[in-house]
Amino acid sequence: MPEKILLKNVGRPASHTIGSYLSSGGYKALEKAVRKMKPGEIVEMVKKSELRGRGGAGFPTGLKWSFVQKEPPGVRYLCCNADEGEPGTFKDRVIIENDPHLLVEGIAISCFALSIETAFIYIRGEFAKGAQRLSEAISEAEIRGFLGKKILGSDFNLAVRVHRGGGSYICGEETALLESLEGKRGQPRVKPPFPASVGLYGRPTVINNVETLSNVPFIVENGPERFSSIGAKWNTGTKLFAVSGHVNNPGVYELPLGTRLSTLLFDHAGGIRGGRKLKAVMPGGSSTPFLTNEHLDVALDFDSLAAAGSMLGSGAVIVIDDATCMVGTALRLTKFYRHESCGKCTPCREGLGWLVSILEKIESGKGELADMSLLSDVSSEITGKTLCPLGDAGVIPVQSSMKKFAEEYELHIKSGGCPFERAGAGSAAG
Amino acid sequence: MKKKFSESSLKEIQEITSRYPSKRSAILPVLHLAQREFGFIDNEIVELIAGRLGVEPLHVEEALGFYTMFDRSPTGRYVMRVCTNISCSLLGSGGILEYLEKRLGISRGFTTPDGLITLQTVECLGACGSAPVMMINDEYHDNMDIEKVEGILRNLGA
Repeated sequence: MPEKILLKNVGRPASHTIGSYLSSGGYKALEKAVRKMKPGEIVEMVKKSELRGRGGAGFPTGLKWSFVQKEPPGVRYLCCNADEGEPGTFKDRVIIENDPHLLVEGIAISCFALSIETAFIYIRGEFAKGAQRLSEAISEAEIRGFLGKKILGSDFNLAVRVHRGGGSYICGEETALLESLEGKRGQPRVKPPFPASVGLYGRPTVINNVETLSNVPFIVENGPERFSSIGAKWNTGTKLFAVSGHVNNPGVYELPLGTRLSTLLFDHAGGIRGGRKLKAVMPGGSSTPFLTNEHLDVALDFDSLAAAGSMLGSGAVIVIDDATCMVGTALRLTKFYRHESCGKCTPCREGLGWLVSILEKIESGKGELADMSLLSDVSSEITGKTLCPLGDAGVIPVQSSMKKFAEEYELHIKSGGCPFERAGAGSAAG
Repeated sequence: MKKKFSESSLKEIQEITSRYPSKRSAILPVLHLAQREFGFIDNEIVELIAGRLGVEPLHVEEALGFYTMFDRSPTGRYVMRVCTNISCSLLGSGGILEYLEKRLGISRGFTTPDGLITLQTVECLGACGSAPVMMINDEYHDNMDIEKVEGILRNLGA
């Protein structure tokens, strides 16, 4: 039975309460950290564990922490990224609602490691219940002395605050998150400087995803070797895979990094629903290139998926069956990115709009063959030419679907419409 | 009559501002509070918030225009936000939306004439495992189908 790090407590009665968390051994890691360890030792442990960011970028957490560590002492901040906006992703919510103390403990240990006295949990505005659960957990932790002044009798002080977003996908991007926390529009900043040196209110700041931080108590309590014994080199630990779309058993599955896609889809998520066949999978959320049946054996980890031409991203596995129109799918997703563009960079703001127009033209039967090269041209004017990855992500659905399903585009154009709609089958055009 | 915050809201605003070293950071939490108290945020409420926080009205306006959760004009008693992003679309949110429009007699973005329900479409709500999903006011409603939607509408008095 694979080890559960993140979902260990989920399913127990009142798992969100401190009573339940303590009875299953909670806050022992924080105790060990604050009473027996030095901050620098904890950073070394996290480096050695080879933990990589679980929000989407997969940046080595220990390395990210070391940038803040190097900064001169003074006011620093930790921001927990609980924005969870990547389509297909619903895994942080499981921790937030059902085991908020796991996250609180992870935040506390991380702040101790980096000499941080104020942490903000930036949670997407729609997660009202999650924000409530976190606020309650923080109060419970304060009452028991795990947060607040002189934690567990040490010199370590920490205040954790919950900050709700207002409805904006781009605020999941680190620097847009900081802008939003500062009360402004969530428009990404020019980098450098990076948040590690100039972050929240201009101070050194570390920003980590909910799932990333929730791994820290385990690493501290059990040691980095136990964590890195799961998975493979530089692809260590477990991952929360959020499976959705055309499967029989959608849901969140905690499995070792490196689990095969076929194992996840067929052994855990119950296979394709309605007796249909698999057509395409986005393995890491809507910003990741499509995989097809030839990739069923791929190991779901950062490096293996990159080698297969896609990305692990947030581990949000979106499954699409063979009755679904890929042009309609590309259109639905490109509309999303256009809607969520903050507007700062011209290529993203204007280019995504043009991609939507051309895709609508093709989906409605008015497309011409030249539209396909036009889609490529417009996409190439966006990729790499923006301040943040939203533009890059926005072109992936159309680029990837044209690469893998060019014949569907051609069929739309040649036959003057969507063959799937006419057949009464599924359209994701929305 | 000039709008003003209730006593308990004023206390809450004070607590909110104490959390941040910067006044402007309080804008988003107070917008949520104002949305709850007044149901929408118009120019008068923008000025009210700005005055209470000691920030420029333009800064409140800037946030209001950017974030999607706030309404600039009155909404129905129940705001139904139907997710139409990829996983919900794959599992039939399009059909649910069409049903709602027909049943309520309004297009997305509008409110029923009796002021009961406002129908909106939204992007991914982060609950894709139980798609199709919608929000009614603050609550999530999972695994929607037309039958369930009809049941909800009847409960709401539609």
